[in-house]
Amino acid sequence: MKKRCEKEYFGRIRTPLTDAEMEYEYWFAGIQGISGKKKYMIRQRMKSGRAIYYIEEMQLNGLEFLSEKDRDVLREAVRQQPRNDFERAREKGIRFVPWFSADYPEKLRELEDFPYAVYVRGRLPDASLRKAAIIGSRRCTPYGEKYAVEFGKKLAENGVEIISGLARGIDGMGQRGALMGGGRTYAILGSGPDVCYPREHIGLYMDILEQGGGILSEYPPGTAPLAWHFPARNRIISGLSDAVLVMEAGEKSGSLITVDIALEQGKDVYALPGPVNSSLSRGCNFLIRQGAGLLTDPESLLDEWGIVHEERQEKEIENEKVLESAEKLVYSCLGLYPKNITQISEKTKLSERELTGILVSLELQGYAKEISKNYYVTAK
Amino acid sequence: MSFSTVLSASIDGLSAEFVRVEADVSNGLPVFNMVGYLSSEVKEAGERVRTAIRNSGFDYPPKRTVINLSPAALRKRGASFDLPIAVSVLISLGILKPGCTGSCLLAGELGLDGRVRKIPGILPIVMAARQKGITCCIVPEENAAEGALAENMKIIGVKDLRETVNYLLGKKQIAAAVPGCAFREQKAEVDFADICGQETVRRAAEIAVAGGHNLLLIGPPGSGKSMTARAVAGILPPLGREESLEITKIYSVMDLLHADAPLIMQRPFREVHHTVTKAALIGGGTVPRPGEISLAHGGVLFLDELTEYRKEILETLRQPLENRSIEIARTYGKYRFPADFILVAAMNPCPCGCYPDMERCRCTPAQIRAYLGKISMPFLDRIDLCTEAPRVRYEDLTGRGQGESSAEIRKRVCMARDIQRERYRGTGMRTNAMLDINDLKKYCRIGRKGEELMEQAFSALKLTARAYHKTIRTARTIADLDGEEEIRTKHLKEALGYRMAGGKYWER
Repeated sequence: MKKRCEKEYFGRIRTPLTDAEMEYEYWFAGIQGISGKKKYMIRQRMKSGRAIYYIEEMQLNGLEFLSEKDRDVLREAVRQQPRNDFERAREKGIRFVPWFSADYPEKLRELEDFPYAVYVRGRLPDASLRKAAIIGSRRCTPYGEKYAVEFGKKLAENGVEIISGLARGIDGMGQRGALMGGGRTYAILGSGPDVCYPREHIGLYMDILEQGGGILSEYPPGTAPLAWHFPARNRIISGLSDAVLVMEAGEKSGSLITVDIALEQGKDVYALPGPVNSSLSRGCNFLIRQGAGLLTDPESLLDEWGIVHEERQEKEIENEKVLESAEKLVYSCLGLYPKNITQISEKTKLSERELTGILVSLELQGYAKEISKNYYVTAK
Repeated sequence: MSFSTVLSASIDGLSAEFVRVEADVSNGLPVFNMVGYLSSEVKEAGERVRTAIRNSGFDYPPKRTVINLSPAALRKRGASFDLPIAVSVLISLGILKPGCTGSCLLAGELGLDGRVRKIPGILPIVMAARQKGITCCIVPEENAAEGALAENMKIIGVKDLRETVNYLLGKKQIAAAVPGCAFREQKAEVDFADICGQETVRRAAEIAVAGGHNLLLIGPPGSGKSMTARAVAGILPPLGREESLEITKIYSVMDLLHADAPLIMQRPFREVHHTVTKAALIGGGTVPRPGEISLAHGGVLFLDELTEYRKEILETLRQPLENRSIEIARTYGKYRFPADFILVAAMNPCPCGCYPDMERCRCTPAQIRAYLGKISMPFLDRIDLCTEAPRVRYEDLTGRGQGESSAEIRKRVCMARDIQRERYRGTGMRTNAMLDINDLKKYCRIGRKGEELMEQAFSALKLTARAYHKTIRTARTIADLDGEEEIRTKHLKEALGYRMAGGKYWER
């Protein structure tokens, strides 16, 4: 199928389609209820969206790969008045990129089940740059969050584009990190590209666009984020990337499914190791045992890709100077898994009252963070 | 003489309204007519009075009796008019001499056998009478000790109608009642010595009580939040006489006093279940009565499982928390009940209670947000201190980490309160929690170093203006506990440690 696809693509590129023709193509791509593969086959047979719109009963019956149900869906779709949805989407700043378009990402075209079309807000991934997907569970610990941001940032700083799903937890953090690094990041949604899900990530959504990234989806504008859209969009996340980085995943995390897809697509998979007692790192540790790449720092990944980067600076020395001895003691006891004041008191043998002041002090200097009442993690 | 008049009073809200009871007995059809805008319990007084007079051995001839309760425009409620009506009728019948009651105020309920029964609200009535220049009150015997709490008043406690008549005829002497003794001090249910570990929570409770600050405890289930809150009752400072009478008055109206030991000397601790209605919490009803917040006046109101309360119930607390009193308006008038209490609230950090322990917590961020969202920001703004009650550890359970007793903590609290009383003498304020922004500038100097720290905190911790002021108020109390005049940076730092939980709680 890959071969056929390429042939068709090269055969088609000569003349760009007119807007009127695109309107038919848009209509066809937006039909719900026929799989992408079958749509592709119909389009191959009929040669254009317009021809499909004016399909005759004889021709329809001639499409032997369609089931009776598919035909009904198509008949129903043909009966509708063509609306100028393509035009409207364009006005909203959403680009319609079908598989035969020259803009269609090369990486997606290589997929077995490539999306028939993608709808894009903002920019499409730059084919000349390396791309990494940062994925992980929505429920995450400060440990996973920290490294998602760090990897996102460092990679973006060095020109790697970050692909993720705009989800809560690791996804969002990785993309946030990429923005902090001043790079471009692309969010692949399980809803229409104009529907921000989860809603609270609207700030991230806007920032991604502002910083020259893009929002991609295989669902037309206005599509709701339905549960079964998400596994499907994961194939696009891994498909668009060169490597998939799993920051934190539980034993039965959806991220592991993405990893399976990525492996099928022949992508490199890396996982961030976590403590053996953390259930949210169990999936990652499992992946490493299965042979996934071990993620320790973004630099080694950059080295692997041959990207020249700045050397990592050591921060520890700096701490020594600024902090008082008691503060140092407390700081050394903090980690990326939240500890409450009682646990810190047990370790440091300082009274909780003293600790209250010291922790506030550390927080003021940016060394600690209170993530929940009296629960602290390191911040530097 | 067929016409007579006697002075009585009834309770309206927390204050007393004076009522003149007039009786006229004349020839005519034998009816007993009562007028004067009466509620049904007052109307029924007629039957009780007639029967009680007869059963007390007096002759009640078949004559036309008219009773008027004046002022006619005031709605009369309650059973306190039985005794004055009976006495008034007896004067009209000629059994008692006109003017025998003098300027004496009468109040009491009658039984059919002539027994005088106790009524609620004697203390406010007697105190109002004293203000009006009345020196003598005849009240039910059971209420006498309570009435005598008002100084310089002659309180005569009577058992039954016969005794009242004998007293008024001068046949029997009844000694003026002596003030009831203080309600014997009950030990708080929980002593701080019983609480395992929880150093931070103890300290927060100490600061809260010392400065009159509201306190929020957050913690997983079974971490001893409720226990700590109950132990707070044991470290409240003692009551002054003025405050004590103020509280006793409220309890008198609610009929919650002990007959033998009516004076409340212990600060109240009121625990309210989350099914409480608005009227029960803040007061209300067609005739407004004080609610739980007024019953907690001068003491502690404890709301366990704060997130389980209906939102509008919590929102109604906002105004009383600010004004330290509640005003209930009805078409016929406004009622103002005092409600100066320390709010102690307890809640879980998330629906399952385990957040931020991600190994145990099964809640999604959305669930946690929805859970915490039940409590509004303006409500939280009125809480000065917030701390976490951690899961209890084994060493603590086995008692090796024995803590201070309530008595020791209370000593420090009292000391801090003394300092505050001195400082705020003549300003009408009692505690640091009452300081407003202008007062903060006057009483809470934090020095240059302190200002630097707060400036840093303001930006690094993203404090709001309100949180900034709360921190300084709390720091003032911490300094008072240390007996220091100036607020030092260590006080400010500790106060910052008790600010409303940062990061993930409400500031997402």
